[in-house]
Amino acid sequence: MQLSGILLWPLLGAILNGTFALVGAKRKRPVPRLWVNIFGVGLPILALAWSVSAGLPFIFAEPEPLRENLFSWMTVGNFRVDGGLLLDQISVLMILIVTGVGSLIHLYSTGYMKDDPAYAKYFAYLNLFLTSMLILVLGDNLLMMFLGWEGVGLCSYLLIGFWFEDPAKAAAGKKAFVVNRIGDFGFLIGIFWVISLLMPHVGDQASPLNFEFMQQNAGLLAGSATLITAFFFIGAMGKSAQIPLYVWLPDAMAGPTPVSALIHAATMVTAGIYMIARLSFLFDLAPQTLQFVAVIGMVTAFFAATIALVQNDIKKVLAYSTVSQLGYMFLAMGIGSYSTGMFHLMTHAFFKACLFLGAGSVIHAMHHEQDIRHMGGLRRFMPVTAWTFVIATLAISGIPPFAGFFSKDEILWETFHRGHTILGVLGVLTALLTSFYMWRLTFLTFFGKCRASSEAQEHVHESPFSMTSVLILLATLSAVGGFLGVPHILGGHHYLRDWLGLGQHPAQDAHADRLEMMLMALSVGGALLSATTAYLFYLKKPQWPRRLAASFQGIYRLWLNKYYVDEVYDATVVQPVKRSSESFFYGLIDRLLIDGVLINGSGRFLAFMGSLVSRLQGGRVNAYAFYFLLALTGMIVWVVVR
Amino acid sequence: MDKLPLLTIITFAPILGMIAISLIPKEKKNAIRWSALLATLPSLLGAVKIFMDFDRTTKAMQFIEGPLNWIPSFNIQYHLGIDGISVTMVILTALISTICIIASWNIEKQLKGYFILFLLLETGMMGTFVAIDFFLFFIFWELMLLPMYFLIGIWGGPRREYAAIKFFLYTMAGSVLILLVMLALYFYSDGHTFNMIALQDQSLHQGPLSSHTFRMALWWGLFIGFAIKVPVFPFHTWLPDAHVEAPTAISVILAGVLLKMGTYGFLRFNYQILPDITVDMIQVIAVLGVINIIYGALCAMAQTDFKKLIAYSSVSHMGFVLLGMASFTSEGLNGAVLQMFNHGTITAQLFLIVGIIYDRAHHRDINGFGGLATTMPRYAVWTTLAFFAAIGLPGLSGFISEVLIFLGSFKTWPWLTTIAVSSVVLTAGYMLWTLQRVYLGKTQEKYKDFPDITRREAFCLLPLAVIVIILGVWPRPILSMMEVSLNALNQSLVPYGAHVASGLGF
Repeated sequence: MQLSGILLWPLLGAILNGTFALVGAKRKRPVPRLWVNIFGVGLPILALAWSVSAGLPFIFAEPEPLRENLFSWMTVGNFRVDGGLLLDQISVLMILIVTGVGSLIHLYSTGYMKDDPAYAKYFAYLNLFLTSMLILVLGDNLLMMFLGWEGVGLCSYLLIGFWFEDPAKAAAGKKAFVVNRIGDFGFLIGIFWVISLLMPHVGDQASPLNFEFMQQNAGLLAGSATLITAFFFIGAMGKSAQIPLYVWLPDAMAGPTPVSALIHAATMVTAGIYMIARLSFLFDLAPQTLQFVAVIGMVTAFFAATIALVQNDIKKVLAYSTVSQLGYMFLAMGIGSYSTGMFHLMTHAFFKACLFLGAGSVIHAMHHEQDIRHMGGLRRFMPVTAWTFVIATLAISGIPPFAGFFSKDEILWETFHRGHTILGVLGVLTALLTSFYMWRLTFLTFFGKCRASSEAQEHVHESPFSMTSVLILLATLSAVGGFLGVPHILGGHHYLRDWLGLGQHPAQDAHADRLEMMLMALSVGGALLSATTAYLFYLKKPQWPRRLAASFQGIYRLWLNKYYVDEVYDATVVQPVKRSSESFFYGLIDRLLIDGVLINGSGRFLAFMGSLVSRLQGGRVNAYAFYFLLALTGMIVWVVVR
Repeated sequence: MDKLPLLTIITFAPILGMIAISLIPKEKKNAIRWSALLATLPSLLGAVKIFMDFDRTTKAMQFIEGPLNWIPSFNIQYHLGIDGISVTMVILTALISTICIIASWNIEKQLKGYFILFLLLETGMMGTFVAIDFFLFFIFWELMLLPMYFLIGIWGGPRREYAAIKFFLYTMAGSVLILLVMLALYFYSDGHTFNMIALQDQSLHQGPLSSHTFRMALWWGLFIGFAIKVPVFPFHTWLPDAHVEAPTAISVILAGVLLKMGTYGFLRFNYQILPDITVDMIQVIAVLGVINIIYGALCAMAQTDFKKLIAYSSVSHMGFVLLGMASFTSEGLNGAVLQMFNHGTITAQLFLIVGIIYDRAHHRDINGFGGLATTMPRYAVWTTLAFFAAIGLPGLSGFISEVLIFLGSFKTWPWLTTIAVSSVVLTAGYMLWTLQRVYLGKTQEKYKDFPDITRREAFCLLPLAVIVIILGVWPRPILSMMEVSLNALNQSLVPYGAHVASGLGF
């Protein structure tokens, strides 16, 4: 129960809140919010407590991994998969992030969703999400991971389309699920491949998909490791929104903002990173795939950052920023520095959750206004939101000593140190862009003059304590979370990295130290420069960015319209599939050829032949006599000639 | 026979109900309804007993009755029994039939005739799965056809006659082929037998039956005969028409039980009686399976009629069964039969769901709905569950069978399976697109006052939904029944070179 409890508590919450929602729908009167709060928020906090108690031994000592068998899932022949759970360093980190940030966001939601009529349903989904996410990170085999993987996908679908009466929101949910399914295709092929290679070698009781079993038998997979890991990475591309499958994430912002913070920033979208960390023993055998992962990650990071530069929707900026930061994590994974990727995953969970919740607080206060052109100067109305947002922005733009500085610099340094110079340069450039678009967002939203209508200004208010308290906690984590990974040259010990113990890390020598020093100076200086530029552009000289956009019309439009990727996909994939299914497969083959020509055609042919034959039997005796004669002659001729 | 003749009871109890109903005056509608329900209960209870008592350790036939000589001059016997291949189908038939009686509660037109034919149909279906004698099998097989024809032709939609005749002719064509093969097997087998177990003994296959060409002809006769029922591409076009016209409960029976008779026939006849040819032709089965999966999904994507969409999704999902059967692995084969069961429970829900909305709106145009989740929130929950089961969400039963099929077939047919797995995207696409168009979006004014799902309607869906959830996390109860028989069947193909069948390997 020590492990299963962690995920069974939120599951209980999901079941109870689901029941409340159904009862409420039946009685046409919602169940009191208090009940929903007790279970919907209380049980996740209980899960957090259990996670902490299960994780503490790992933090203060190095015990054996904890294993627990939840249920026996599939057994056929000598194939076997169990509902097993595994707790080791990676999953300890993940469950603490998931239940920690998760509980905070549940708490925040009690304020944000207060007036929503479907309050119980919302918490049912959110609890179910937590359960699925915990299955994903605690599962001890690939199929359990896939169970969680699809579970979080389902919850993501349900929550993006939570306000489904808006057709655009409903469509966004569908898009997220279907695009993710393209990734799942890769994930599944990877799983089947692993099974087909390992099945001949399992004993009676082992499961070929068990991570520990796979790791012990990784040698058997070595021959196909490149392709297997490539297929797994397709799965990661979908869930973690990397090129070319990132397109669902910006649309996913249609969901309630706490959902964007929890699912589409802090936890679910990092599942792909976790997957690579979990399978690092396999990726280690596939240097080509790793190279590919690094390139995809870095290109995505840069590409998404350029789009974020010009977006005007506060959530869209953060969404593209998430895609970009996930790219950094994949870069870290791709260069083989798995622990660093996990470190950035953690710090990102803190500051991005804080940013999204801050945005939610703004949206809440502005009555669902999301366009930053209609904001400005909000810090006067909502100081807590503003200053926590600033702290999180400091963290994401890599200003020491905030969390993002440590994790991002670690990634950049390792990238250079391992000789990936081009990727490293792109990484530094992306860091500059990141700082710029984040400060642009901060300045336009919270500083300067307020551009909202005077009517709107009257209603702006600081959010309730249930929301601001969460912001303060997350801002604190964003400020100090980086100290878990203070680098050597700043007198630290890479605590988290060594604790996770994944992958090889470069040795610390004088050369490495110099490089790291230089990089730090460069990136911090660059970030400050970007921030200053943003300050000039958006507070002091607002005409400059306008002039800049005017003189670079082409690229500005390209960025504003997100490189037209959605339009290209629609024209090259979505419409062709729809059209060909309608006119070719169904219209031509099914209706016309098979049903029309073959089936009804043969029916008509038979009817036609029948009418011919029936004409022969007209009932006229002279005609029969004629046939008789004809046949007789024929027979005689045949006999004679033969 | 000192024990209860359980199989006879579950097969013929509906006939007793038929007789009883024919004696009730037709004005007493509720009496007719309750009698019909009562008449299916022995089968349902029998199925429960079979589920409890079935010996999961043997591949042999169980609950055997007979052989009793029926027409001794032709060596035709009354001989019933079930093994791991048929037992889950018997349980499925009993379950679906009972649910369909309840789902037919609102039938008003010629109620008496409807239930009489329905019960006759149930006997036919049960008999098909429990017969050991080929001749008896064929009688039951044909017995099913007649009530089905009338049930579609009388109680169906506007084009019911076209659909009924199409269904009849198609199935009749298949029956003729099966009949011919049956006679050939009888006349050329040593000892002239219709016994399906005896016919598995290859040493009885003498004379023309030992010629490869002749066996090939027989195999194709059986294959096409059963393929029409599955339906396998390109013999599938009767299905959408029949479904669209059939009343809800009949659609449920059709998709839930009748389609499985095709794949059951493959396993029972093609696989067991002509195993050598099956091994030779395995690529055909695999390729047709993949075509069914992808083609069915693409055609489903093109539909605007809700029911037709579900019908094409059945074509797609039955393709999984073929692919699993063609894998020659125990996982694939078990997955295939499990998929037959799971498809039965899932697709039955889908057709019930379509029926619920058709009863209220009297149309099925997907684009004509919208926002039903707001008006009918509980109905939307049932729908979402069933849809995600059809999509193959892990934790629900459809996933287990799909994954077993794929992981089995991936070993034998890696490329074909890779193509087939891409259906996970297509299925999600058309299912969620439908969900979006029918249930999400703005509520339409004219549907504002639709009552939510009623107690009777929910009662039909409940057992199916429970099964789908339980089997999703714990498929063992069903898998354990079929496993021994199917592993033995898989082993029996090995001498014919089953393991070298992989022609498209990576």
